[in-house]
This record gives sequence, C-alpha cells and structure tokens, in this order.
Amino acid sequence: MSERTLRGKVAIAGIGETTYYKHGKSPDAEFKLALQAVLAACRDAGIDPREVDGFASYGNDRSDAPRLAAALGIRELRFSNMHWGGGGGGVAAAVANAGAAVHSSMANCVIAFRSLAQGQFARYGRGAQQAAAAGDDAFLAPYGLMSPAQRFAMKITRFMTEHGIRHEALRAIALTSYHHAQTNPRAVMNGRPLDVEKYEASRWIIEPFHRLFDCCMENDGAGAVLVVPAERAKDLPHKPTYLLGAAQGGHHRSAAPVHNAPDYASAHFPTVARNLWAMSKLGPKDVDVLQAYENFTGGVLLGMVEHGMVSAEEANDFLVPENLRFDTGKLPLNTSGGNLAECYMHGLEMVNEAVRQLRGDACNQVKDPQVAMVIGGPMVTPVSSLILGTEATL
Amino acid sequence: MSANISHVLPPGLPAPAQEPVALPYWEGTRAGRLVIQKCRGCGKHQWGPEWVCHRCHSFDLGWAEVAPRGRIYSWQRPHHPVHPALNGHGPYIIVLVELPGADNVRMVGNLIGDPLQEVRIGAEVEAVFEPHDEATPPYTLVQWRVVG
Ligand SMILES: [Zn+2]
Repeated sequence: MSERTLRGKVAIAGIGETTYYKHGKSPDAEFKLALQAVLAACRDAGIDPREVDGFASYGNDRSDAPRLAAALGIRELRFSNMHWGGGGGGVAAAVANAGAAVHSSMANCVIAFRSLAQGQFARYGRGAQQAAAAGDDAFLAPYGLMSPAQRFAMKITRFMTEHGIRHEALRAIALTSYHHAQTNPRAVMNGRPLDVEKYEASRWIIEPFHRLFDCCMENDGAGAVLVVPAERAKDLPHKPTYLLGAAQGGHHRSAAPVHNAPDYASAHFPTVARNLWAMSKLGPKDVDVLQAYENFTGGVLLGMVEHGMVSAEEANDFLVPENLRFDTGKLPLNTSGGNLAECYMHGLEMVNEAVRQLRGDACNQVKDPQVAMVIGGPMVTPVSSLILGTEATL
Repeated sequence: MSANISHVLPPGLPAPAQEPVALPYWEGTRAGRLVIQKCRGCGKHQWGPEWVCHRCHSFDLGWAEVAPRGRIYSWQRPHHPVHPALNGHGPYIIVLVELPGADNVRMVGNLIGDPLQEVRIGAEVEAVFEPHDEATPPYTLVQWRVVG
C-alpha cells in the first residue's frame, strides 16, 4: 500500500497579490480585489484562469467560490472549500486543502486565497456592538474582554511569566518585521522604520506584553496561490515550490469555552507541529526561512516554541534581531515584513513570501534556502502550518 | 441608566444574554451564589456551560454551588478601549481565576481595586457579586478581589 501523504505530491505554481492598502483605503471592492489576486496567480503560473477548477479559503472569506467561478467564466467548478475558524489560523490549511483536492484528483488546479476590504466591511480590532452578548461572550464581553488581542493576552501573560521570558524577545520580532519591510516595495510600512526607542515609547494596547507595535495592522487587499499536481508544475514557468508537509487542528479541548483549555498557555500547535514534522520528514533544524503569523508578537513566540524552533529556556537569548534578519539570521523570520509591516492579509502574504524565497527572487533574499515554513495564525483554533521545499528536498 | 460606583466598569458594555443552557448560573449570581455545571454521571465540574459532559458524555448535567474562592491563573490590563463605553475610561484589569474547589475550572472577571495595582499569578481571590439591577432583565456579574 502506498504511503498516505501530500509530501511532494503537489506544488504551488503561481502566486499573486493586489496592491496592499491601509484599512479602508482600497479603491476597489473586496470581491474585485479577490479577482485581481486570482488572476495574478494564474498569470504568474502561466495558466489560463478558465482552467482553475477549485477555490479554498478560510476566515469566513466573503468572496465565495461559486461567485468567483461565475465571474471568471470558469468552465467547471470541482472543489469549493471553506476552512472553519477565524482570522488567519487557516491560512496553511487552505493551501493544504487545495493540495488535498488536487492530489486526490477531485480537482486539477485549485486557488487558495484570502481577500479583505475592511473599509467596505467591519474591522476586527473592536468588539461587536450588540446590546447582549451570547454564547461564550456572555461570560467575557460584560468584563470588557472583546477584541482578538484580549482573547489571547492572558495566554501570553501566563506563558511568559511561567518561563521568565522578557518583553525584549517580542520586541525583536516586531523590529525584524519592520526592518524587512523597509526594503519591500509592496509593504504598507515601507518608509516607516521602527527602532527600539519608538517601540518602547509606543502606547500600551494591553499590559504586560502588548505595545502598539506588537499588534498587527488591519489592511485591505487580496492574495492567492495556485496549486497543481507536482508533475504538472515542472512544465510551468517557475521553479515549482513543493508542499512537503501540512497540518491543521488543535490539541485536546483547545477550543474549550471561557478560557478553559487544559493546556491554556499555548498557541494550539503541540499536536499540529508533531503531525507537520511527521509528514514533511523534516525537523526544526531543517528550516531555512520562517514566516510566522503575527497577529500579536506573543503568538509568534508561542508558535515558534511549539514547533521546536526555539525552546522557552533559550527564547531570551535567541530572540534578538541579528538572529532573525534575512542576511545575518540563524533563523530568518518574516522576511517580507509579515502581518506587522508588509500587509495583514491573514498570512496569505506569508505563503507568497515563502514561495519567493524558494524561487530565489525575494526582496530580502535568504542565501539559497531549500525549506521554508509558514506558521498560520496562532492562538485561535483550529490552527495550521505548512512546510514548503525546492526540488532538492524531494 | 446611572453610573454605579460599585461597578468595576462604566455602564454601556454588553449585558450577558442569560441563555437557557446557563440559567442556573445566572439565577445563582442574583442570589449571591456561585453555581456551575456538575455532571451527575461522573461527578466532575465543568465551565462554561455545555450540553454534554466532555469527560463521560452524559447529558445529565446538574448544577452545584461552589466556594467563591480561587486563585489568579492569568491576567491582562487593557488600555485600548475596545467598546465606545470604555472611551476615556482608562486601564482596567481582567483576571482568569481558577477554582481549586471545583476541579480547577476557570472564570473570567475583573479585578476590583486600583486598576494600576500589581497583579500576581497565583494570588488568592474571592468572588464579589456585582448586581446590575437597572438592566432589563437585571443580571449580576462575578468580580474578584484579592484576599488579605
Ligand atoms: Zn461526566
């Protein structure tokens, strides 16, 4: 019996994105942004958009697959898939779901994408304004706990207090993203550098570990990747980027109500990371470049620890800017600027950056990377992560 | 609606929907008692309210009064107002409290007292019932105060 795996079976043949805008500044409607990103990914792959036969997304994307298929005159829709869960927890899962559809021959040519126009629709950073809070929120909102930052803050407080991790570790993550954005013309924060003084002087969003620059932006735009069978990718214009490993989900009762997850001080990756490494047949030391979703810098720390990229004990020493930069880093991190400084495209921009790094045409190009990792939105549930590699890793 | 100085947070925040699955809890708080789910199948407490026991899958979930005492499991001090009612209010403290007397279930509330006070994980706290009699329907929140 052949091994059940996605390792090496599918590849990302095309990537695309729109111009990235500050939230509310897109001149285009959200659906139009989605169309632009899909067409850009097809163009990049050298594939006629009418040949696309599937769409996978996450975070309750409003640009639904049948509507996209109709607008683009797609001949036949064979796969439409929405991954449960909020925010960017599903970014890697959407790519994996596209890959699973392709590998199982349910579809041949699947787009994984995300589109967001928060001027047209509501923002994330403020609580819902209804009079009565229902479900879990009945036990949270009356106490002023409503925003994503607040939902995650107590996980970070507990983890960092327990392990004696200093806020400078989080500061290094923020400085790294902003540093990389300064040489990325796509980045919303290009031309807006961040230094230690500016970080330390920034206002508290939440004590004890969330200053303004520890929190992601909110942006308008769209991003997309095109996933095809590995064999087909070899005949297309770009060097294929192979999917080596993918995992999604959450550990035991990570979604328990009212902050009752047994393993609370977690980004919810313990089992996901185990499954990711198992499929990829690789380990933390094999990763040449890491894109780790920053909804908040604390989540990057937790996600890195849970994937074994750094131990909690080493975090204070390891998480310094020199170790994270594309040119000097032992572990280059968020080389395009990430959610903090390139664009908050719910992590899809990180998948595109991982592909650029492996193709060798990133704006902050790491030297000859073979394995890239994307850690999706931490601390929500379900979460997901992804390992991509060049042909040499197959 | 008048501001009530005995309330931790200003008026105007969402009221809790007192849904059927959680009704004994809300009725308990009105009477100054902390009442949470306790499975009749396996005898264990669980929180928040669910339709089934996550341990033994019994649907026979009873309710039991538990000691209104706990210890701080984690905390945060939000500064950024996430709701119009909090504009200009300034920082406040949210605590996650674990109840050793009830299988270590956790509850979220505000910490009473100086909003800038130092908060220590592990600190012993006791419940303080905060009635919102002016609301329709009225409800009572459970807040926490450091003991000793
Ligand atoms: Zn039970």
